[in-house]
Amino acid sequence: MDKQVVFKVQRYEPEADGNPHFQEFKIPAKRGMTILDGLIYIKENLDGTLAFRSSCRMAICGSCGMLINNYPHLACHTQIEELRSDIVTVKPLPNLPIVKDLVVDLIPFFNRHKSIKPYIIHPDTKEMENPTAEFVQSPQALEALLQFTYCVKCGICISACPTSASDRLFLGPQALAQCYRYCADTRDGGEEERLTVVDKDHGIWHCHLAGACSEACPKGLDPALAIQLLKRRLIIQAIGLGRKKQPASIVTPPAEVKPKIPFPEFTAKRTE
Amino acid sequence: MTQIQPRRNYLGALGWIWAGNYKLERYLYIFHRITGLGILLFLLLHLVMTTVFRVQGKEVWEATMEVLHNPWFKVGEYLVVVAFLYHALNGLRLIIQELGFALGRPRPPIYPYKDSLRRKRYWTILIISIVVILCVVFFYDFIAGGW
Repeated sequence: MDKQVVFKVQRYEPEADGNPHFQEFKIPAKRGMTILDGLIYIKENLDGTLAFRSSCRMAICGSCGMLINNYPHLACHTQIEELRSDIVTVKPLPNLPIVKDLVVDLIPFFNRHKSIKPYIIHPDTKEMENPTAEFVQSPQALEALLQFTYCVKCGICISACPTSASDRLFLGPQALAQCYRYCADTRDGGEEERLTVVDKDHGIWHCHLAGACSEACPKGLDPALAIQLLKRRLIIQAIGLGRKKQPASIVTPPAEVKPKIPFPEFTAKRTE
Repeated sequence: MTQIQPRRNYLGALGWIWAGNYKLERYLYIFHRITGLGILLFLLLHLVMTTVFRVQGKEVWEATMEVLHNPWFKVGEYLVVVAFLYHALNGLRLIIQELGFALGRPRPPIYPYKDSLRRKRYWTILIISIVVILCVVFFYDFIAGGW
């Protein structure tokens, strides 16, 4: 696939006090090359002043969220080849303030995440501070929330959400999905505290189910589903249906330690 | 040293009116808003005509009716019916799905990823099919001369 690809990158210099503008770079694209590889090539060979955020290069850290050909992606998770275009437009994620070039300010986004208390709240404060054992949780109960724990906080759902585009105070799909993740946790007892945060103006009721957050999520999470399930919880609570569940109790670790499974013999052995 | 504030980058109304490469539900969201605004506009016009114009005497009322018999108003009336059908039935789907029904349960994300709206898209397709069939029926009734 060796060919020349034009990267149209949005540049913004805060000190120059100008408007964002596009700058074009020609880069030699190879098979398997990602957008992030292209940006690193530009920074190393063409223009060292280009600013972008990246770290792990394998869709785990969530640093390199960008608007690539007008769709939010992780730059390390998108190959140039899959875009099927010789011109690649790279812009910073919309609905988040721009710091410089492709770097966006994630502080308001993290503050909203913090506002929903993203940690286990358990009435047994002594146990929470000095744990002596584990809280009970069945594999089925874990599955109800497990996928939402994989959130990498990249901000892509915020930039895909049409409500976040016009409502600057909206909590956003990430924070609301994380609210569901903790409310659905059987070990948690802080549902009431969290629901008061989301059940207000610019909160959960501003989600109109466009489904763009779930579609764009690079980790395959489903924030739209989590938000709708959280709405159901709120309505059930408001009409007084449903039983209040006590947070899970602790279980003491087993006295007898099971023998470790022996390390398997590899079938393929190196022959020397 | 001056503190530089990050530049605002909100898409604004463009963010909800332009869906680009997103899939079906994102477009249905736009149509839902547009049809809602259309129905509201019709309601305002309808109220003005049946109140303000009506109390001004027989001549004004009859002149208004003559204008309304223009074929373009007939097309407009049909569009109101289409908007109403879409807004009502898609609204029903939204109410059901926003209560967490017809979406399924959370599943582990296994590649290729498929979110709940796409897994349960047959419900959406069913609703849209009913809307399209009713629109065709009303097209025959309103525009093409009736039964």
